[in-house]
This record gives sequence, structure tokens and C-alpha cells, in this order.
Amino acid sequence: MSESPLLRIEGLTKHFPARRSFLTRRQSWVRALEDVSIDIYEQETLGVVGESGCGKTTLGRTIMRLVEPTRGKVLFEGTDIAALDGGELRRYRQNMQMVFQNPYSSFDPRFSVLNSVAEPLRTHTSLRGDALVDRCRELLEQVRMGGEILYRYPHEFSGGQLQRIAVARALALNPKFIVLDEPTSALDVSVQAQIINLLEELQEELRLTYLFITHDLTVVQHISHRVAVMYLGQVVELGDTETIFYEARHPYTEALLSAAPSLDPKFRRERIVLEGSVPDPIDPPPGCSFHPRCPAASDRCAKSEPVLVDVGEGHWVACHRCQG
Amino acid sequence: MVSKALLSVEDLHVRFQTYAGVVRAVNGMTFGVRRGEIFGLVGESGCGKSVTGFSILRMVPHPGEIVRGRIEFDGENLLEKSRAAMRKIRGGRIAMIFQDPSASLNPVFSIGNQAKRVIRHHLDVDDTEAREAALRMFENVGLPDPVRVLETYPHELSGGMKQRVMTAMALSTGAELLIADEPTTALDVTIQAQILALFNRLREEMAISILLITHDLGVVAETCDRVAVAYAGSVVEMGRTEDVLYKLKHPYSQGLLAALPLPADRGQPLASIAGNVPDGIHLPSGCPFHPRCPYVMDVCSVERPPLVPVGGEGHAAACYLYGQEREA
Repeated sequence: MSESPLLRIEGLTKHFPARRSFLTRRQSWVRALEDVSIDIYEQETLGVVGESGCGKTTLGRTIMRLVEPTRGKVLFEGTDIAALDGGELRRYRQNMQMVFQNPYSSFDPRFSVLNSVAEPLRTHTSLRGDALVDRCRELLEQVRMGGEILYRYPHEFSGGQLQRIAVARALALNPKFIVLDEPTSALDVSVQAQIINLLEELQEELRLTYLFITHDLTVVQHISHRVAVMYLGQVVELGDTETIFYEARHPYTEALLSAAPSLDPKFRRERIVLEGSVPDPIDPPPGCSFHPRCPAASDRCAKSEPVLVDVGEGHWVACHRCQG
Repeated sequence: MVSKALLSVEDLHVRFQTYAGVVRAVNGMTFGVRRGEIFGLVGESGCGKSVTGFSILRMVPHPGEIVRGRIEFDGENLLEKSRAAMRKIRGGRIAMIFQDPSASLNPVFSIGNQAKRVIRHHLDVDDTEAREAALRMFENVGLPDPVRVLETYPHELSGGMKQRVMTAMALSTGAELLIADEPTTALDVTIQAQILALFNRLREEMAISILLITHDLGVVAETCDRVAVAYAGSVVEMGRTEDVLYKLKHPYSQGLLAALPLPADRGQPLASIAGNVPDGIHLPSGCPFHPRCPYVMDVCSVERPPLVPVGGEGHAAACYLYGQEREA
């Protein structure tokens, strides 16, 4: 792992406009991302876990600038992508690609496989004709699919096969960084295993860096080098996979890990069943956003917001219990 | 736990007539659920597990039809019952809840209205008594502030609360069997843990049986007493959960478990099963798993293997690898 990060996210914040009161004309905001800062290093897989509504998908989309950030910086090799536009942004986008959860909705049903995989190449390169077809065939071989499928259409494939084609399309421009947003969640376990293996092999071969977004803890533990745990738009804990899974310090991480059903009795934890559900991100609780559900909450947690601090060896926790 | 079967499904066949051809969704499904147990029916998408659940209540959606088989509930064959008798059983003695609780609740009626209607359909009570019964069940499933919940509309509740409401409604008429079709799949893990804890408690306090249909082996490992693994419409392995999950015999169950990322095999590639799940129109001959099976033999493509005992306590697998005479 190199010293300077490939991607540095600084204070990234995204507020979506929500209901506006008719009488008072007051605008309220969904706080999807609140001051998120993470470094992602070359050739690592950073797993992002959290429950629905925690902002993990918004994080991926804001990094790609599919949604505009409200505040904050996304530095790719030192350049702030959040401040680029037009041609400069397009050039940087070649380095960053994304694979989505539902492979069926990420392809145009009227485009052949060739058309879909060739689209980024037509947009960004001067490849045309036979050279373009050859490059597409090469990309499909990279994801262990034969060139004979070039002229077939999305409905002819299973979910797992389509996800391979989506990966091939993401690789077309030789990106350095890929955001994988729940890439295996729509797939059956036997197929999920094939895709995970493929992603790991490709990372090795092409020296790729991944941001792997998922709600599935077993998958994230398998594939990630480091893991960020999110709750209500904030990163509450960040560290090496081993650290997060075996030495978690944040009460939310502990509860989340204990809630996941485990097959292996050796790894089964004593279950911490959290009361209630995730609060409304329009009106998050004051202080630590987890305090209303936290088994270890004290008076201080309702008043002041804990910040993410380094508790040693790159292990970051946002909890008053871990701070002086 | 009493070991007499409350529900037994024998050699069930269900097919759907479609433009593309006849889809054989369920092909000889056989299993039994005992009184007071949580029985898991697991498999990947398209293995016929949900259609089996619908068949028990004779609610197979059009154009599906039950071709043959036997579904015995408390000694009576449900497939021979009249439609009126089935209406009494459905939601009465056997209740069902689904993956998406929002889709099961009517958005324009209050929760109380819907809960009372279910109770008054099945029990001879007036409005006040129905309200009391609903409140008791809401409290029982751990809904906070049940009086207020009665007044709310579905969109005001979270997914986990809606699933609790559905469970309460399902059990408010004194059901003996609850069919839960992927009840936690749409929920977050911390909420899933709450619902599974609720199932365990209800089983103990109310002695109900639960048929838990799921694709998640982790959920099975933590809640079910016994489990059946389904593939392409039939059971390939069945037995006590600890036997099926930790002493697996059938090559498909072995493959399925090996494909799961476990903490112990971090850093190694996952084992995956080659190929894809067959669709119900083009089912392979003989054993439906043979085209993907690493141990395939000549006999496998000719004749379908029956379930044979492979261990103690009713552990059975449908595979020619285990002690039976080769017939082909």
C-alpha cells in the first residue's frame, strides 16, 4: 500500500431537498451524507457497510459525481473532482467506473452486448470498426465470457452473466478505481461466489482499487482490506477488516455484527438486539446520532457529537467511550 | 417438542402453463412440519419454495395448477377440501406472511381496521372484542404503543413494524401453522434479528409451528429445528439443522455452503457451482442437479434419485452416491 492515497474524500456532504412546508415555506433537507472523510489507497478494497438509508449508495454516487456534493472535496491523485466540469471531468471519469446492483436495469434492452460494451470506448476513444470489436471481445474474455455473445441481447442472459458483462463494460477504459454498489446482492449465492472470485482476480491482474458498497457483512469480510461502517450519513468506524470484525469499538458496529446470522458456530457472537429502528435522516437526533438506540449511551452522547478519532493503527472510531 | 407431523407435503407437483411452455415449478416436493417446530425450506431463486408455500393454502397464482400430490394438515388432505372449507383454514388455522409487508397491507385503511376485519372474519366476536384481541396480539409481538399503532396507516410504520403487524394479524385468529415466505429478506440485519427473536419466542410461548421459507442459510442455522434444501422443485436433502448444515451429504447442499463467504476462508477464492440454476421449462432428465454435479455418474441422467437415509434422526438425501441399488 503506497503512502499517498489514490482517492481522498474530505468532508463530503450531501443534503437532498425534502418536503417544503406550504405555509411556512420552510425547506427541510435529507442529510444523506454528513462530513465524510476517507482515504482510499491504491489496489485496496475498501468495504462500506451499513443498513438501508445510511448513505452508502449516496457516497458512491457522489464520488462518481452522479450526484453533486453539497460540500466537500473528492481528490483523485490530488485533483479535486468535485470542482471539475466539462471536458476535464470527462477525462477524469475515464479513471473511475461504477457497477450497479441490478444488472437487468443497467443495460439498455435494445442494445446488443457489443453496443453496450463499446459505448464507453466510442465516447472516450478513437477506436472504431474491427479494432473496436476486437477490444470488446478481449474485454469479455477478461470476465471469462466468450466472444460469441457479442451480438446477443440482455434478456438472453442470467443475472450473473449480465453482471460479468457490466464488469467488462466498466473495464473498457482501463480505469484505476471502480465503485461496486451491491454488485452481488441481486444474485443467488452460488453465482455470487463466481462474481466475487472474478472481482478478486481482476484486482490482482489489473491493479484495481475498489470501493465495495454492500449490506452483506459476510461478503464484505471476505473481499475487503479495510471496512468503513456507516450510520445515518456518517462514518462511525473505519479500520482493517480484521480490526473491524474482531476488535470493533463502536457500539453500532458491535450490534450490527452480532445481528448477522452466522453459519459457523465458532464465529457466533452474543446477540445485541437493538431497540427501535434507524431515525429519520431529515431530523437526526442531536449529539451522537446513534445515542437513542445505543446500549452504552450517557448524558454526554445526547449533547455533543463525537468525532472520528484514531485509536491506533489506522483504526478510527466516532464514539465518546473511545475519547478522553 | 412433539414429533407428530402437523403438516405433511407428499410428492407435490405444480406447473404453470405459459406461452414459452410448461414450467414445472414444483416436482415431487416432499417434507413434513412437526408441531411446535420451526422448519426451514431453503433454496435459490426458482427452486419452487414459494410456490410450495402458496400450494399449501391453495393460492397458487394463475396460470399455475397443482397437478398431483398430497398436502395433509392435522390428518386431513387440504387438496380435497371445498373452497368454503379452505377459506376457513386460510388465515384461520394456517396463516401466511410475505417478504414485503407493505404489499400485504392496504394503504387506504388503518392498521386497526384491517386487523379487526381479519379477526371478525374468522372468530365470532363484535367490534370491541376484535379490538381487544388485536391489541393483545400487538402487545405480544412487541409493538411499542399498540393503541397508537391501531390508529396508524401502513405508510406511517417502518418495515420492521409492518412485519410485526403482519405477524400479529396472522396469529390473532389462533393459527397453528405460520408460513413465513422470506419474512426478513426486505429488512435490515438489526431488524431481522428482532423478527427472528420474535419467531423463537412465539414458538415457545404459543406452541405454533412455523414453515420458514428462505434463501438465507445463516437465518436457517440460527432459527430452524429441521430444514429441507430444495433444488429445481424438489427436496435434495432434509434433516435436523445441525446434520444438514454441518454433515451435508448432497453435492448441491455442499456446493451451496462452500459458496458462502465464511470468516474461516478469508483470502481464498470461494468455491462456486459451475453453470446456472435450470429453468422450469427445460429441466434436466434424471437428477435435476446432474449437469452441474462434480460427482455425476451415468445413472444420474437417467433416473431421478429418491430420498434415502444418510444418517441418524431422519437425515436424508436424494443422491445416488448414497446406499441404494443402481437401477439403470
